[in-house]
Amino acid sequence: MAAHHILLPAVLNGLLTGAVYALVALGLTLIYGVLHIVNFAHGALLTAALFAAFFAHRLLGLDPYLAIFVLTPLFFLLGYGLQRFVIGPAAHGEDRNILLVTLGLAVIIENALLFAFRADTRTVNLPYGFEVLDLGVAFLAVPRVIGFCVVLIVALALWLILNLTDTGKAMRAVAKEKLGAELSGIDVGHIYAVTFGLGTACLAIAACLLIPTYYVNPHVGNAFVLVAFTIVVLGGMGSVAGSLIGGLFVGVIESVSGLYLGESLGQMGIFLIFIVVLLFRPSGLFGERA
Amino acid sequence: MSGPSMARILLVVALLATAPMFTASNAVLNFLTVTLMIALVAQGWNVLGGYGGQYSFGHAAFFGTGAYVTAILQVRYGANAWAAFVVGIAGAALVGAVIGALAFRSGLKGSYFALVTLAFAELLRILASVTTITGAGVGTLVALDLRPQAFQFQSRAPFYWIVLALFAVSLIVVRMIEQSRFGAWLVAVRENEDAAKALGINPSQVKLGAMTISAAIAGAGGGFYVQYFLFIDSGIAYGPWISIEALLAPIVGGIGTVFGPLLGALVVKALGEMTMLLGGDAPGLDLVIYGCVLILIVAFAPNGVAGLLLKARQRLTLLNPLRPERPHG
Repeated sequence: MAAHHILLPAVLNGLLTGAVYALVALGLTLIYGVLHIVNFAHGALLTAALFAAFFAHRLLGLDPYLAIFVLTPLFFLLGYGLQRFVIGPAAHGEDRNILLVTLGLAVIIENALLFAFRADTRTVNLPYGFEVLDLGVAFLAVPRVIGFCVVLIVALALWLILNLTDTGKAMRAVAKEKLGAELSGIDVGHIYAVTFGLGTACLAIAACLLIPTYYVNPHVGNAFVLVAFTIVVLGGMGSVAGSLIGGLFVGVIESVSGLYLGESLGQMGIFLIFIVVLLFRPSGLFGERA
Repeated sequence: MSGPSMARILLVVALLATAPMFTASNAVLNFLTVTLMIALVAQGWNVLGGYGGQYSFGHAAFFGTGAYVTAILQVRYGANAWAAFVVGIAGAALVGAVIGALAFRSGLKGSYFALVTLAFAELLRILASVTTITGAGVGTLVALDLRPQAFQFQSRAPFYWIVLALFAVSLIVVRMIEQSRFGAWLVAVRENEDAAKALGINPSQVKLGAMTISAAIAGAGGGFYVQYFLFIDSGIAYGPWISIEALLAPIVGGIGTVFGPLLGALVVKALGEMTMLLGGDAPGLDLVIYGCVLILIVAFAPNGVAGLLLKARQRLTLLNPLRPERPHG
């Protein structure tokens, strides 16, 4: 056993990483909760968002934290358009088709990025990129602490949108009873697209929070998306609070198991949790609907 | 169910077998060999996905296991290549049976089945990239030994005939499944699992059987890959590329049909070659095209190329005034 002076920083850093995982998972769970589809393009869209944040800084000199305010609406529109004009019409309302269409989108986005930018790994250099916060028991990277706070704000904002706005109410209505919502005059196609847009917008924010301390290459999203699937499955598909707690939990697990087992085995730990939960806690998976 | 007759299958195989007599070009033979290998893996996917309705996103798990077992038994244990190949197929079938038993016992279907197959493939990929027996990050190289008893040949034609023979077996297996009671159960489970259960069918068992056969066929593709290229690493064996090609070909060609995977593999691989000609060796471009084809087929041609051909033929029959119109079956 490592002494607690290694363990505690690992736990704290795990929480910080977990917050960003939670945000990625939040987008996934939102889309699942309302549309009842697993969005296989989520990871590729995160990669796209990371590239967007990278080039916003490289070409326009936009600070990643300011880029949030530009990229979030852009990715909302992107997500809205994808659901409204590609996934919805192409899938003809069949679950199996949605699987294939989102997989196709993932393949297109990932490889278009590979084609355009090659497999090189890129990073941004920011003056505050390496600043740390000394807590006495642990050093924490400032950008990751900022990320943690932003995630909490975003989660709160999402919760408010879902519970207080008319669109949020419509989303919850569609999630519960699609046909009934349609009959009471809700434009289901529009609500689906809004939800997909919000889920995609979460990725833009996550990308802006990640880019100061992380890197980007055409395959980077995949690592996150399987983690996000794990969280969503752990926390219960469609639950905002569940994905927040699940995200923090998985972040800690990864950080601590990485400490004892090394990085690639730590990653395997996540897959194992994922498979075990999928196989043995299907009630947690399907939520109330199945 | 009205699939193609056995005579038609044998005719197609016989026609394909003559290909090396028309061309001595290595490039053409290589193209046909790789296309048939993909068609073989895709036929495996088709058994489970096409007839059983269970979409796997992780057929790499079976392809890779077939490949690694074939390679490792030869390199590390000095086994005969043919024996290693057969054990590789059995190993892939075993992996299929284990994943299937776990997944179907837990009642996973739809997105969740796709997710769990994907996760298993990724788990195996990471495992293969760190353990020593697979050669970790370096991969495993099979020693050059160009003798037929070592499953290696001087020229490409024998490789082509072998992959054709393997593919022919898969065609016949799928044809037999189509005609069998098991095939009827499988389709019943695909169409309506609850109704199938009410008729006394055990869906988990039927799906498990389909997954085992499916994995064995995909594993044969992996074993052949190793003998043809004499190299395997974790990215090739368990990477997403083969999982995607495995599902793309049947969907493009005609899902749940005997010839769908072959048609689809030909179309997809021809498209890949064309992109190579147009875009050079740029990485990713062929996959971008594959992704677009996948979405377009799902959107506009749910029965794939086979469905389009059938529709075109029906239209021609209708247009031709000399031919009496046949009732639709």
